[in-house]
Amino acid sequence: MKYAFETIAVGLAAFLALLGAAFAQDSLFAAHMGIVCVVLLIATVILLRNVTFNPEPVDTSGYLDGVIRYGVIATVFWGVIGFAAGVFVAAQLAFPDLNIEPYLNFGRTRPLHTSAVIFAFGGNALLATSFYVVQRTTRARLFGGNLAWFVFWGYQLFIVMAATGYLLGITQGREYAEPEWYVDLWLTIVWVAYLVVFMGTLLTRKESHIYVANWFYLSFIITIAMLHVVNNLAIPVSFLGVKSYSAFAGVQDALTQWWYGHNAVGFFLTAGFLGMMYYFIPKQAGRPVYSYRLSIIHFWALIFLYIWAGPHHLHYTALPDWAQTLGMVFSIMLWMPSWGGMINGLMTLSGAWDKIRTDPIIRMMVIAVAFYGMSTFEGPMMSIKSVNSLSHYTDWTIGHVHSGALGWVGMISFGAMYYLAPKLWGRNRLYSLRMVNWHFWLATLGIVLYAAVMWVAGIQQGLMWREYNDQGFLVYSFAESVAAMKPYYILRAIGGLMYLTGGIIMAFNIYMTIIGREREEAPIPGAEPALVAAE
Amino acid sequence: METYTAMRQFADSWGLLLMVLFFVGAVLFVFRPGNRKNAEDAASIPFREED
Repeated sequence: MKYAFETIAVGLAAFLALLGAAFAQDSLFAAHMGIVCVVLLIATVILLRNVTFNPEPVDTSGYLDGVIRYGVIATVFWGVIGFAAGVFVAAQLAFPDLNIEPYLNFGRTRPLHTSAVIFAFGGNALLATSFYVVQRTTRARLFGGNLAWFVFWGYQLFIVMAATGYLLGITQGREYAEPEWYVDLWLTIVWVAYLVVFMGTLLTRKESHIYVANWFYLSFIITIAMLHVVNNLAIPVSFLGVKSYSAFAGVQDALTQWWYGHNAVGFFLTAGFLGMMYYFIPKQAGRPVYSYRLSIIHFWALIFLYIWAGPHHLHYTALPDWAQTLGMVFSIMLWMPSWGGMINGLMTLSGAWDKIRTDPIIRMMVIAVAFYGMSTFEGPMMSIKSVNSLSHYTDWTIGHVHSGALGWVGMISFGAMYYLAPKLWGRNRLYSLRMVNWHFWLATLGIVLYAAVMWVAGIQQGLMWREYNDQGFLVYSFAESVAAMKPYYILRAIGGLMYLTGGIIMAFNIYMTIIGREREEAPIPGAEPALVAAE
Repeated sequence: METYTAMRQFADSWGLLLMVLFFVGAVLFVFRPGNRKNAEDAASIPFREED
């Protein structure tokens, strides 16, 4: 039996989940454990069906790429799910009748959307690319044998538990950290295993220097471990119940949450994806990074500054004034490393600018870096207290998040997936480059529509809330400012729909590449007849 | 002195100084003479092998 231990462990875990459901203190925990039990039973059956009694010896000389192939598929799959959830949530805001009680209330579908895009889509993209990059730049096989597979499947189980929990109504109410204590504990185990795999590979490297992309990936893994553990310190009411109480109270709790929340942006959605940028842009462009020394300074400056920026989420709250100012100052200082990194990424193309015209994958990566620059300009500006007094709590913030998430995180991930798919499955090229072009334009125009509409909506909201008449009374009631948003919310949903359509085109393109088809199509004007792999 | 005040004073004096020195040190280390060649070598790592 090839998977004897794994099969027994998963089967046993399914039984424990069943016990958890049977002795649960509340009905939500019973339902959640029931779902986990079913998922694990399915996994057990799949493992049993794959039993071989005289297994072929596993070739451990080359790279471990199987888990990366699964990671690419998972990234594309969760991407489409997450974007679809986003379009649905946007439609719910425009048409409140779509709030189908109780499971599809906005309060439950919103975290479903945010977690699906950040942790399921973004997280799988980071897992897959970090495993790929670390092997290629250290010339060593992934450390720990099948541990990388545990990381992958364990992470998928975390995603399923988080998503089903939200729909059941299980939440600890911390933004981007909604899963309750037992799901958090599971993620901690998976994350430590991830760190072991990544660190172990670095320690067994055959290349003496650790390439800068790995520094970014490693800082992402370590910092997320620290943030996750501290932010989720909590006492469960019962070991067989969903409810827990945070270890912190009041403003300390709020600051812990936003120390976590902003660094989830800084290290999950920025540092990790910068690792992607520093590997895949040079590879796709076929030339080394513009300035390696600038990339090292980018790294140290980014990690030194980001960790302090969280308090800007709590301007004009009970947080001490000095802490608010500290958060604002560090956010503004972040302009420098962010733009240094952006320039470094863009200038990598110097001498090969024609590739933006002829290679849609490079174009995707370049627009990603451009959006990185735009949202890291907008963010520090919004952290300035006087700007924040207008922008905070409005849809401007939502627009800012999406120009970063759709523009930077999404586009650089798409570029990496398009780079990886032919390589991992041994194909000459993608099924269709023209479809990449369609994806590029749908996604870009979708983001532009989304962000522009949210600027207008947010500023209008902010101005309506602070509009006084000459007698000192507020001119608008809150409900009036909500009603005024309707056209913007519909336009925003259309922007999201365009982005989703691009995602579906990508899923089709990657699927056809995997099954080995090549579309008959006219080459992109100006491009070489067959795109040669980068040296 | 209460813990909060003590930690705050440490953070905005020695803590701040240590971090600034580390950062300045890292920058100087990166730009030390003769590092250009190392950097160019490191930048070529992704191209060392054909996958």
